[in-house]
Amino acid sequence: MEAPALAKPQEHPKLIVSIGPHMHDQETTAKIMWTVSGALLPAALMSVYFFGMPAVMVILVSLAASLASEAAVQWMLKKPVTLSDGSAFLTGLLLAMNLPSNAPLYIPAVGSFVAIVITKHLFGGLGYNIFNPALIGRAFVLISFPKLMTTYVAPASQFMAVDAKTTATPLVLLKEEGMAKLLEIFHTKAALYQDLFLGNRAGSLGETSVIALLLGAAFLMMKRYITWHVPVPFIATVGLLAWMFGGKEGLLSGDAIFHMMSGGLILGAFFMATDYVTGPSVRAAQVVFGVGCGALTVLIRLKGGYPEGVMFAILLMNCFAPLLDRGMKSRVFGKAEAKGVKK
Amino acid sequence: MSDSVNYGTIVKNGIFGENPVFRLALSLCPAVAVTSGVKNGFLMGVAVLFVMTMVNGTVSLLRNYINPKVRIPSYMFIIATWVTVTDQVMAATQRAVYKDMGLYIMLIVAFAIVLSRAEMFASRNKLLPSMVDGAAMGLGFLLALVLLGVFREFLGKGSLWGYPILGQKPLLIMILPTGGFFAMGLMMGWLNWLDRKFFGGTGASSGGH
Repeated sequence: MEAPALAKPQEHPKLIVSIGPHMHDQETTAKIMWTVSGALLPAALMSVYFFGMPAVMVILVSLAASLASEAAVQWMLKKPVTLSDGSAFLTGLLLAMNLPSNAPLYIPAVGSFVAIVITKHLFGGLGYNIFNPALIGRAFVLISFPKLMTTYVAPASQFMAVDAKTTATPLVLLKEEGMAKLLEIFHTKAALYQDLFLGNRAGSLGETSVIALLLGAAFLMMKRYITWHVPVPFIATVGLLAWMFGGKEGLLSGDAIFHMMSGGLILGAFFMATDYVTGPSVRAAQVVFGVGCGALTVLIRLKGGYPEGVMFAILLMNCFAPLLDRGMKSRVFGKAEAKGVKK
Repeated sequence: MSDSVNYGTIVKNGIFGENPVFRLALSLCPAVAVTSGVKNGFLMGVAVLFVMTMVNGTVSLLRNYINPKVRIPSYMFIIATWVTVTDQVMAATQRAVYKDMGLYIMLIVAFAIVLSRAEMFASRNKLLPSMVDGAAMGLGFLLALVLLGVFREFLGKGSLWGYPILGQKPLLIMILPTGGFFAMGLMMGWLNWLDRKFFGGTGASSGGH
């Protein structure tokens, strides 16, 4: 989640003219950024618990590279260096959450650089980026290092486990070997769901533990930093379409619960698709945005070349966010012509 | 029709001031498509250089005989003729490369830059300036493609002109179309920055004609 454009300290004009009503409260970009980062903490801790030291290293390198890129690019562009607003920190953290724990450490570094410099600052900085920086960073490294980025390790039982066992994520297993193989590994459906819920499975750092992510998401919803309008339609669409088309025994035989809890869906729906900058801000448009993300995710998961589609789904819908906003903005009452009136 | 022609200006214009790829943002499709390697980019550039020189020359020679009402179809015939010649020569002499990018050689027919120079320059200038203009524009295109090719092949395959240098593939994305757009955008921005910083330019026009 990136900040709204109005909080750019370097671009404060002398006189601010905007259309009322004006509401003032205590929220600042920095506060939102740090709170969202805090909401990711449970998931980050769970990833350290499950994947051990390598996860710590990936997170640290990603954060360091993000902050360094932000400082460097702002210094080079002669803008005030705004590390303390937390946006670079959050981007770095989100990127780390999207990487496998055994990724060589140059991957988070390259990803952070692409996220901060190319996706954010070359498009004008915080508030002007079209695409979610962390996701572009991830897409870049996924395409650049396809092998390293799709080799996952099983959760280790010990913190300092050296010989991590390479394994496939549940979604890869489902795609390549089917549900039977999954059940062979996890024994029963109930055990499978339980491991998915807790996060005891192979996957990117922050995406595995559903409960930790939901905890953070609930906190953000309580603070009203995010609303249900994007995540709920997103996840529900994935569940519905996966149930309808995801099964081997014809229509309506797919496993909705499995699809909703696996991959990066929970992380993506609550923490990435809800980005203020790259998602729509009109409520109705947010619902359409969520449904679109869900539909594209299922399409990629079931029919595409990749086992997981959340990232590309969100990025694709990012393109449509301004269009959705424009097409669905609320009508201005008491005016003959609503032309030129901004929401 | 200009009486005194400054060839230096024409050449500079083709390579820098109105570089087809980086300043006019024309013919970006082939620029992205064939520059995954330096060699392909270079040969494509040479083909365009040849076609543009010959087309501009031919159009200039015939400029007083072509009825303005049918000038565009006439130019297209001339362009198609020279592209066919290039295509056949390539097919005969560069088998391996031709298999890779033969399709794009054919597509030179549709390059906006070729038609636009025929219309804007060759149709109202004498033979020699027209050919120089075609050559300069072609050279600008060639240089842009080689620059992109070097950048993308080095980062994407770790090699140059097919010879391995790094011994590994640092950033696979660079030889994919996505990487082509990345490279194009970054390079255009970098050149604009150079222009503004050292030559007092105002940066490229937004392009897209």
